[in-house]
Amino acid sequence: MGFLTYLINGLSLGSVYAIIALGYTMVYGIAKMLNFAHGDVIMIGSYLVFIGMSNIGGEQTGVMQVVKVVVCLAVSMIICAILGMVIEKVAYKPLRKATNLAVLITAIGVSYFLQNIALLIFGSNAVSFTSIISWQGISLAGGALKITGNAIVTIIVCIIIMVALMLFVQHTKPGQAMRAVSEDRDAAVLMGINVNATISLTFIIGSGLAAIAGALLCSSYPALTPYTGSMPGIKAFTAAVFGGIGSIPGALIGGLLLGIIEILAKAYISSQLADAIVFAVLIIVLLVKPTGILGKQIKEKV
Amino acid sequence: MKKKVLSLMLVSAMAASLFAGCGSDSSSQTEGESVDTSSELTWKIGGIGPTTGSAAQYGQGVMNAIQLAVDEVNEAGGINGYQISFNFQDDEADQQKSVNAYNTLKDWGMQILEGTVTSGACTAVAAETYNDRIFQLTPSASSTDVTSGHDNTFQVCFSDPNQGTVSADYISENNLATKIGVIYDSSDPYSTGVYQNFATEAANVGLEIVATEAFTSDNKTDFSTQLQKCKDAGADLLFLPFYYQEGSVVLTQANQMGYEPTMFGVDGFDGLLGVENFDVKLAEGVYLLTPFAADAEDEATQSFVSKYEEQFGGTPNQFAADAYDGIYILKAALESTDLTPEASNEEICDALIAAIQEVSYDGLTGNSMTWSDAGEVSKDPKAVIIQDGGYVSVE
Amino acid sequence: MNAYKKLNKSTQKLLINIVVIFAVYIVVTIMDASGNLSSLMRGLLVPVCAYSLVAVGLNLCVGYLGELSLGHAGFMCIGAFTSAFFSKAFQDTIPDVPRFILALIIGTAMAAIFGFLIAIPVLRLKGDYLAIVTLAFGEIIKNVITVMYVGKDSNGFHFSLKDQMSLGMELDGKMIINGAQGISGTPRQSTFGLAVLLLIVALIITHNFVNSRTGRAVKAIRDNQIAAETVGLPITKYKLTAFTLSAAIAGVGGVLYAHNINSLTATTNNFGYNMSIMILVYVVLGGIGSFSGSIIAAVVLTLLPEMLRGLSNYRMLIYSIVLIGLMLFNWAPSILKWRQQHGLKAILSKFNKNKEVQ
Repeated sequence: MGFLTYLINGLSLGSVYAIIALGYTMVYGIAKMLNFAHGDVIMIGSYLVFIGMSNIGGEQTGVMQVVKVVVCLAVSMIICAILGMVIEKVAYKPLRKATNLAVLITAIGVSYFLQNIALLIFGSNAVSFTSIISWQGISLAGGALKITGNAIVTIIVCIIIMVALMLFVQHTKPGQAMRAVSEDRDAAVLMGINVNATISLTFIIGSGLAAIAGALLCSSYPALTPYTGSMPGIKAFTAAVFGGIGSIPGALIGGLLLGIIEILAKAYISSQLADAIVFAVLIIVLLVKPTGILGKQIKEKV
Repeated sequence: MKKKVLSLMLVSAMAASLFAGCGSDSSSQTEGESVDTSSELTWKIGGIGPTTGSAAQYGQGVMNAIQLAVDEVNEAGGINGYQISFNFQDDEADQQKSVNAYNTLKDWGMQILEGTVTSGACTAVAAETYNDRIFQLTPSASSTDVTSGHDNTFQVCFSDPNQGTVSADYISENNLATKIGVIYDSSDPYSTGVYQNFATEAANVGLEIVATEAFTSDNKTDFSTQLQKCKDAGADLLFLPFYYQEGSVVLTQANQMGYEPTMFGVDGFDGLLGVENFDVKLAEGVYLLTPFAADAEDEATQSFVSKYEEQFGGTPNQFAADAYDGIYILKAALESTDLTPEASNEEICDALIAAIQEVSYDGLTGNSMTWSDAGEVSKDPKAVIIQDGGYVSVE
Repeated sequence: MNAYKKLNKSTQKLLINIVVIFAVYIVVTIMDASGNLSSLMRGLLVPVCAYSLVAVGLNLCVGYLGELSLGHAGFMCIGAFTSAFFSKAFQDTIPDVPRFILALIIGTAMAAIFGFLIAIPVLRLKGDYLAIVTLAFGEIIKNVITVMYVGKDSNGFHFSLKDQMSLGMELDGKMIINGAQGISGTPRQSTFGLAVLLLIVALIITHNFVNSRTGRAVKAIRDNQIAAETVGLPITKYKLTAFTLSAAIAGVGGVLYAHNINSLTATTNNFGYNMSIMILVYVVLGGIGSFSGSIIAAVVLTLLPEMLRGLSNYRMLIYSIVLIGLMLFNWAPSILKWRQQHGLKAILSKFNKNKEVQ
């Protein structure tokens, strides 16, 4: 029974990583850049949801509670989407034709900026994030196996987002534009695709999802500080690479695997060395499959 | 060509930044001078701690509390008739940056250092103050590395061995538990220090530790696994030697799991009830060793807490209380000498080393605190239990 | 002067770099002797050199090998901890100077060995996958060091990856590496003169390497691996050599860093990915492939947050804005073009042209 509990905890943690990893992987696929500031957009999103939840009305129950959560999430998503777009326009777009490394460093600058502006606005003290999911979860096998509501909702939301994104990318006009830009930017321009708009759209979607990821992350792991986003951000980035960066199902698989490995390493090997074990597994996987689990093998042209 | 332009730009950028530096330098100098001229001579007390970075909440608490105490002392006429000027520098809880901050303060003319906040940084700075003969009183760095071999460093907080040993003794004397689980931060000097002393003493007094689990600063969002393992091992008491921010997460997650052992924290847990939006019901029945409780009834604590809340917002934690006491301890020690700010750093340092060992101070964080030549404070850790959202002393 | 002109361009540049560094050293030493150097500056001299060394090492990897490494702080960490361990363990048995020389050799060699071992699997990967694997190795190194306990007593050395108690030491034992508390009380032996000397040596070695047969091969591989393979270059050997040298130089930086500070712990900020990224910032901002650029950027970005201390709460915010601004200024194609037309250089050349016309 212990194993099942660990597995479910791992799935839940992995789902959060997966949603964050989506933001990395989409941006990487389309703009070919590592957006190191993504973790900090998540932090901003969490604070927005937190402020909304603690300032709107009093204690609600039932349907009103759900409505409140949805409204807070929606507002937070919109603000994060705008933030993502502004970051792209100001800090990344001017460097689009420069080397990838330059954009990477600018992204790090943006990450510092977001952390420090949050420090000034929200202060350094941790706030305890009230779970947006009031459902307590279910008990199975006479209480021996308890699955929290957070875990269930996180996993379901993760799957829904994943499927919706897949459909969006495969079957809509903007989605097809994204795929075209990701495949070959210059050819996409020739085909009449507005590359700038497509990249902006990617940032808008990625940052909007960051708000959801932040709310789910903080619902399960409730201490929120200006630095909350950075470590899950790095982990999710690893997850994205793990699954094959640029691939949407890859982000899901990478995230889930990373979460499960992390929890099982803590449970069965050593909680002190869990980080080292996770990274060691990552290295082994990449040595066997050098472009991640679902990554495309890029043929080098001579 | 491009490269040349690039290097040219870099050099000019450097020049610009150097000018910016000069600008800020001169401004701070004039600031210092203006203080000097208005009140002639002042005590120059420096402070160091993280005001940015992930430990910022501890550093900011200390900075605010020292400022509060300094303002009070200045209003009441200063120390030996001289006002205090206070300068606090950020170290991001990093050793090298802490030494940089210390050197900045030295350039400012610091005579006494109240800092640093975190153990690792404090050990690095203690070596510097020892060489430069500047008296150092740390509010919250509890490692023995800070004081060992340095006659000029003293602590306001309990040392790691003190906390770990007292906790184990307390649990054993009061028969709180038979099987103990420990969760600690294996990447944090403070947490591992307390844990190791606890484990050593636990073996001496016959406590059984059934599970020892760790987390690291890179991996501190999810404690469900560690909790599950303690639960499976049958631990009926969890010893949690780390800070309240992680503490609030552990309590929340234990509650979600339906795991209800006795929780036993050390002084880092103080501040738990002040976490914004934290459901204090979860902390019901948590034991902690703390010298300070923000809702204590005595007048001194209440005046400190209300002034702090009014000026900076938020409830002060034990770090802040230790830092506040620190200024008054320095005041008491300085007043027992007849020193003036004209004295050299060496004179002040030597006089204070002697004076602080004679002082017996009643403060927010303990009554009749005294100091040994080893630099450790002697005060009784108070075990308190959280009941109805407040601390209740248990004896 | 004639001899100077005979040298090829890159050697001329190297000489200029060394002369400039030496001049800075002289000026700083004079300022220090005459009491014009603030404590802050004096305290920063060795760390700046240490960061510069790591940046030079990373630049070799990024600029010439063409591979992005996000784990160079890990090599710095290895150099720092192995050398500090040695110095601490033999503090009472070996006199100062030979001990430091041995520590320097051990730190550098260990970083090189780890660099070599890590490079074997890593260099099979490409691009961002390689970057993430180096990041992973850096994190593993940091994680293992924070849970490493080594003590020494009359029975010799004791080692544990769990905690201090499991070492089972005698009462006379002393801890050398105490887990998260790291190594405290490393003898302080790094001086500015030594740091400058090591920096110059590193510059000479990298210069010789880059212009050697191996170095030219490495550049060829960077520019076109397939072509290099076709002409029969042993790719793996050259790549391994470059990566190992790069790690070794980072290790020297670590040795300097460790012997300049009393308390050495492995945290995210000093030896984790944050530091690796910071060093990458030095390299990119200073110009990929330009060693002197790396040094200038390391100096500027280390001094900048210290200079901004007057801004108190806004310090790191301003720092981040300056960083973004500098990146845009140095790399954005549109700004580069504008600078070419309206920059100082353009104005000067216009001025010169006008003169010619007259």
